[in-house]
Amino acid sequence: MEKKDLISITDFTKEEILKIMEIAAHYEANPGEQPLAGRVVASLFFEPSTRTRLSFESAINHLGGRVIGFSDTSNTSTSKGETFHDTIMTISNYCDMIVMRHPIEGAPRYASEISKIPIVNAGDGSNQHPSQTLLDLYSIVKTQGTLDGIKIMMVGDLKYGRTVHSLLQALSHFGAEFIFVAPQELRMPQEYIDFLDEKGMRYVETEDVMSHINDVDIIYMTRVQRERFSDLMEYERVKDAYILCRDMIENTKDNMRILHPLPRVNEINTDVDSSPKAYYFEQTHNGLLARMAIISYLLGVK
Amino acid sequence: MKETTLEVSAIENGTVIDHIPADRLFDVMHLLGLDKIGNRITFGTNLESNRIGTKAIIKVSDMRISTEEISKIIVFAPNSRISYIEDSKVVEKVKVSVPSIIIGNVMCANPMCITNHQPVLTKFKVVNSEKLSIKCNYCEKITYKEQFKITKW
Repeated sequence: MEKKDLISITDFTKEEILKIMEIAAHYEANPGEQPLAGRVVASLFFEPSTRTRLSFESAINHLGGRVIGFSDTSNTSTSKGETFHDTIMTISNYCDMIVMRHPIEGAPRYASEISKIPIVNAGDGSNQHPSQTLLDLYSIVKTQGTLDGIKIMMVGDLKYGRTVHSLLQALSHFGAEFIFVAPQELRMPQEYIDFLDEKGMRYVETEDVMSHINDVDIIYMTRVQRERFSDLMEYERVKDAYILCRDMIENTKDNMRILHPLPRVNEINTDVDSSPKAYYFEQTHNGLLARMAIISYLLGVK
Repeated sequence: MKETTLEVSAIENGTVIDHIPADRLFDVMHLLGLDKIGNRITFGTNLESNRIGTKAIIKVSDMRISTEEISKIIVFAPNSRISYIEDSKVVEKVKVSVPSIIIGNVMCANPMCITNHQPVLTKFKVVNSEKLSIKCNYCEKITYKEQFKITKW
């Protein structure tokens, strides 16, 4: 079998995305399967990310595999000046797969070119974080029963938020309809708008959270960060407009669910948490299942 | 054409590279290694060009610069015309065209890209060959024509 990596969500075809959904559902229905017994997976976190690392390591443990690795580079030979190339060549001889987070963009892609074993990108700077996208998709499947024809509202920082860009690319396979809600300064970048136009997908751009809120199946919230604004007056003007509160979701569809890649700061008011439409904590459990599915699929055990 | 012939004297044998954007003259010299050879080289820059505004021209005596070598300069001088000269006559003209994949020579404009931190050969997909925007194989960011710089590795 040819080696398969997951570096960018665009590495997966529609069929592969659906396969991941299927495997994740299988593990959810059949806990305790350990197809990774006897396998070793390296978890290389060149920058700290507790949530993602624990989720991946837990996924490996659930599958019966063993984990080696590091959670920051201070005790590794990287701090002695070893090249990234040499680190990967060495570690790839110790294990069956590498899960990697790196602050330098493109590092996982380069690793995938030089390593004999599969590489999973657990985030490279502002570039890609494909396991997040797959867990978002799995959350959509679970709450809506399908990925096809979903109407999704993406709110907040659509300019820098890599999760919304990857999710948009993935959902483009499934005929989604998008509502982009963002302040002018943080609008969806032109290249993604062009991408949707090329594919003939439907979308609306607005600054008003309420304009389409009652028609959508999914609200995908992201944080509007102060440091993203060149004009702080503009930030002060818009910051409260992108906070979701309980009364705003009063008349939304029954099947509507709210997703958030987390961590949340204040963009979803805590009074939303008790609503049955708040799905962001269940979403983290789906992350574990999606990562179990990714690892199994790439190692060819499922 | 007539004027430039007057401005940069003709050669008997060798290679002429014409229609280089004026501000890319030294990039082209460097990429082709012309700054390291002993051949006689004449060049002119900030010459008038109907096609690209101001242009530069390089004439290298007694050397046939291979098309493979010339492919290195494509992104820096996409409209350049190459002529091979023998006995003061043009014996062959080559027009370079932009390939779909560009490997090496150009730096990625993203300071956070791995190719700017580790000795990794750059690799780009040309996303718009008219405007010359190229997408990095590694960080997936787009570098635009105005941002082109020669790689450091």
